[in-house]
Amino acid sequence: MDLFAILSILDATIRLSTPLLLACLAGLYSERAGIFDIGLEGKMLAAAFAAGAVAAVTGSAWLGLMAGMGVSLATTLLQGAASITLKGNQLIAGVAINMLAAGMTTFLGQTWFSQGGRTPPLGPGGRFEPITLPFANELAGVPIIGPIYAELISGHYILVYIGFIMVAVTAFVLYRTRFGLRLRAVGENPKAVDTAGISVVLQRYQAIIITGLLCGLAGAYFSIAQGSGFGNNMTAGKGYIALAALIFAKWKPVPAMFTCLLFGFLDALQIRLQGAQLGGVEIPVQAIQALPYVLTVVLLAGFIGKAVGPKAGGVPYTKER
Amino acid sequence: MSARRPLPRWADIALLPAINLLMAFLVSGLVVLFVGENPLHAIQVIIYGAFGYGDGFGYTLYYATNFIFTGLAVAVAAHAGLFNIGGDGQAYVAGLGAIVVALALDQTHWLIAMPAAIIAAGAMGGFWAFVPGWLQAKRGSHVVITTIMFNFIAAALMVYMVNRVLKPATTMAPESATIAVDGRVPQLRQFLSFFGYSPVNLSIVVAIAALIGVYILIWHTKFGYAMRVLGANPTASRYAGISNSRMIMITMTISGALAGMVAINEVMGVQNRLVLDYVAGAGFVGIAVALMGRNHPIGIALAALLFGALYQGGQELQFVIPGITREMIVVIQALVILFTGAMEGLFRPSLERAFMLMGPEQKTEAIAVSTAKPES
Amino acid sequence: MNTQRSDTTVAAAPAAGWAIELEKINKRFGAVHANKDIDLRVQRGTIHGIVGENGAGKSTLMSILYGFYTADSGTIRVNGQVQEIADSRHALALGIGMVHQHFMLVDNFSVLENVVLGAEDSGFLKPSLTRARKELNRLEQEYDLEVDPDAIIEDVSVGQQQRVEILKALYRGAETLILDEPTGVLTPKEADDLFRVLETLRDQGKTVILITHKLREIMAITDNVSVMRQGQMVATVKTAETSPEQLAELMVGRRVLLRVDKSAANPGKTLLEVQNLVVADDMGITRVKDVSFAIRAGEIVGIAGVSGNGQTELLESITGMRDQKSGTVVLNGKPLALEGDDGAARARKAGLAHVPEDRQRMGLVTTFAEWENAILGYHDKPAYGSGPFLDIAAAKKAAADHVKLFDVRPANINLKSSLFSGGNQQKIVLAREMEQDPDVLVIGQPTRGVDIGAIEFIHNEIIKMRDEGKAILLVSVELDEIRSLADRILVMFDGVIVGEADPATATEGELGLMMAGINKETAPRGLGIAEQGPLP
Repeated sequence: MDLFAILSILDATIRLSTPLLLACLAGLYSERAGIFDIGLEGKMLAAAFAAGAVAAVTGSAWLGLMAGMGVSLATTLLQGAASITLKGNQLIAGVAINMLAAGMTTFLGQTWFSQGGRTPPLGPGGRFEPITLPFANELAGVPIIGPIYAELISGHYILVYIGFIMVAVTAFVLYRTRFGLRLRAVGENPKAVDTAGISVVLQRYQAIIITGLLCGLAGAYFSIAQGSGFGNNMTAGKGYIALAALIFAKWKPVPAMFTCLLFGFLDALQIRLQGAQLGGVEIPVQAIQALPYVLTVVLLAGFIGKAVGPKAGGVPYTKER
Repeated sequence: MSARRPLPRWADIALLPAINLLMAFLVSGLVVLFVGENPLHAIQVIIYGAFGYGDGFGYTLYYATNFIFTGLAVAVAAHAGLFNIGGDGQAYVAGLGAIVVALALDQTHWLIAMPAAIIAAGAMGGFWAFVPGWLQAKRGSHVVITTIMFNFIAAALMVYMVNRVLKPATTMAPESATIAVDGRVPQLRQFLSFFGYSPVNLSIVVAIAALIGVYILIWHTKFGYAMRVLGANPTASRYAGISNSRMIMITMTISGALAGMVAINEVMGVQNRLVLDYVAGAGFVGIAVALMGRNHPIGIALAALLFGALYQGGQELQFVIPGITREMIVVIQALVILFTGAMEGLFRPSLERAFMLMGPEQKTEAIAVSTAKPES
Repeated sequence: MNTQRSDTTVAAAPAAGWAIELEKINKRFGAVHANKDIDLRVQRGTIHGIVGENGAGKSTLMSILYGFYTADSGTIRVNGQVQEIADSRHALALGIGMVHQHFMLVDNFSVLENVVLGAEDSGFLKPSLTRARKELNRLEQEYDLEVDPDAIIEDVSVGQQQRVEILKALYRGAETLILDEPTGVLTPKEADDLFRVLETLRDQGKTVILITHKLREIMAITDNVSVMRQGQMVATVKTAETSPEQLAELMVGRRVLLRVDKSAANPGKTLLEVQNLVVADDMGITRVKDVSFAIRAGEIVGIAGVSGNGQTELLESITGMRDQKSGTVVLNGKPLALEGDDGAARARKAGLAHVPEDRQRMGLVTTFAEWENAILGYHDKPAYGSGPFLDIAAAKKAAADHVKLFDVRPANINLKSSLFSGGNQQKIVLAREMEQDPDVLVIGQPTRGVDIGAIEFIHNEIIKMRDEGKAILLVSVELDEIRSLADRILVMFDGVIVGEADPATATEGELGLMMAGINKETAPRGLGIAEQGPLP
């Protein structure tokens, strides 16, 4: 493969990793605070729909983005009400959210736009445009570095850059701030947090609010950046891959980035390898599609290292006698 | 922490779930109102579509058959404290067992092909749940995450199997060869013209047998006893000498095998071949069914019938009221899971207070509690 | 009610004043009246003990003072000012710190992070951590509380973790420090160290409230002591003016029945033999180190020791609940195969019954009906159903028999097990295990959290079993219980059986020394033990 082919796969990798990364970081805030979140998929889907619908109606990508984040946030708060305030089963809450999003997006999409659940295609301004970084065009001619800068690093949607910046921000927040210290503590031993005079409930809500906003970014990416408008079940299980990536990264931000890049790369490879031959044998595309899930299962089973999540994860906090 | 007096048994098993269910339907009704349609009219349409005539009722039963199987799958696992979220994948992979046996035996008689296919489908579905069970029992990985992953692995596997292995060279569509008439599970309309053209078939008898079988298993066998001990208190089950790891593996296998029976209904009873995505989310409906049915076979039968009716009535709905698509049913299903599952505690405190106020000797205490400063 | 007495015994306000004054505190948890009209005054600059049996309401009272619960009624005064303590943050602001029985530490955080948690100076951690490091240094010097600020909590010993808890409170400027059963998890050496720290704190003008049910600790370290019984405050006295006997009487409300009526043991052949047993806990730390002993038919062997010295792991391994690293358990001449997670089933089949230390967590499924618990562990027996089926009628019949024989109240076998009182739950477990006619009965903490009336009944049942020729292994942290029931006492310390004593002749002092790991010939009483404790 020549440099261009490699670059184009890597470029696709970045594009495909971004929603995974945003969703994965979203899940990180929630799960580090002790709330298992299998509802990432639903929140992204709801956000994708809201963003697509609002962008189509208003013609503004930014309004679309805000709508996506708002709807995702509202969905998250509903999930939070069930799993934090009402101390309900976090897993079941996640399942409900996923189903609710799947049903509502198609239902409302059809009712409002009558295009089989799709939102109308976006006009100019309704969709985010790729950003050309400074000097990208000038440097493009420079051997090796030029194309890498111009093709790989420059020319992505703003949400891509936000996603990667969020990795550094998350790492800083988690390990260097009071908020991060309390967030990690509340996922490990909420009682210690409670007796230190900090509200467990408030801390958990703060965490999932970030989760909601990041899922909103991830969802909007599908409908108003990568795609032009919302389509039925547009997130296609990416929320679950993000969940797998979160586990694979052992709930840490920087490894989360690398895991999402790996899973994004597998996705890019799979698209490119459709029908390709390797040494005379055809690699089934489905094998590559299944690889992220298989890798996660293998990791969880402790065959390659061990993934141990936050200790208080999944358990509603109750002051007991 | 306020003083709590547990609810009377009947309120706990019937009244509270009924209130939660009502809440789910109420919110669904609001959604319908929101899009400018009349929810009462919608209910009328659904009820007529689901029960009003033979064809419709037959479809209701056909959907309910699937939901009984997946609901039981979730319930059996739940009794052992496991959340099997992978019913979809298990039912999907079970299709391989069903189709291979059905195609091999379709020159004999359905009385031979059907039991053999039940075993094969159960084995495949069971295997697809056994592996996550094994991983939890022996390697400590959480069955919820693993079964989710297995749903996606199943999807990839089945696309490959259907396209590359099962598809005859002569067909274009991604589907297996068709099962010959002799190997198909008979549809009830062959015996009762009442059912019109609906696909309800003898699988429903298997479903009823499964309901009874699960009831006996859970409450009248030593294995079921051990399962419930494990589900209620894993430390106590170890104390009791119950092998938790073996219980997890066997329970998951039973759960997967039950989910696998969906393949009998769909592959041998309705489609007569293996098509892609034939499970169509039935595994997830099973979660709603089990939650609503409180993991009890009688509850599951009723909940499955309700969801069957919603699915069938929902089909009808989109013809009669074009403003409401059948995705509304998925919304209702999600709301049922939300209110009867995750937000189960929403009305419990107020209901408990109401019951305390009703008992005269408990009145003072109830008032004391409701006026006491809220805590936490 | 002895409230007048408390007023007269500790006279008018001392020069230093009252640090804490509680008046008519009430707290109910549902039907349980955990605190009834409690009055308590704690003098500044003293160590004030609060004693009482398990469930007397000590921890509830202190949780109210610390703002973890809110009292239903009553007044709290801190330094003479009336305060409504709404939450722990408020209590901390008033200078009240608490060291809980179960430490409130985040295991994968460093000592420093734990100290800072909830008391950060600003949004960014760096300045807080720097200041905390300096402050810890100072506190360490001042109170002789040495810890490594960068150590991760899960890597340090329990004693060290407790120091972190104390440092946490001091870092937050605590003037009054509440310690809830602080020595339960400590080795005697660590307990000694803790007491030294508490004395230093007092000498520096801090006030210490020590909750315990161990009279020895009260006598050794406190200035004043308050006694609680069944949710009420029954007395407050100067420690110097009381005796353990008097406190014990106040605690239980009448003379403690120290001796159980029993005849001399008539031991027969050896039924249970434990050979060179080595057992590790869940963390992989060896807790039982090469333990061997034998029990004969018709005798009760008691294992005494401070809790956490390997008794739990020993019990769990003998009964097949925990894999052993090496060693053998021989029952009736046959070695038991106990490995695997169904070892308990094979132990039972061989004739070994087990009343576990923690019945709520282990011995019962509290959500089950009483009759369902009557067959727990024995459900596979042919008596309760042939083949794979469960004979519900037979199980209910057994349950009804148990309820009758052991006078379980209420006598309703369909009642949910969680609705029985502690004593009746224990009777349910005992009845199940004893009525299976085992050769060996292993019984842990038989009367923990059990009311007095049931204690006598349970003790008599155990003696009856012995007289029927069973071998009984009894583990209890209540030394009195061991001394009154056992025919032989083995003392366990740091995973090792350090000695054997005859209950008829051994004094409490001698046993106490052995429990502290001190060999009576070599070490004088009360001094620290050279060796570091067994805990991680």
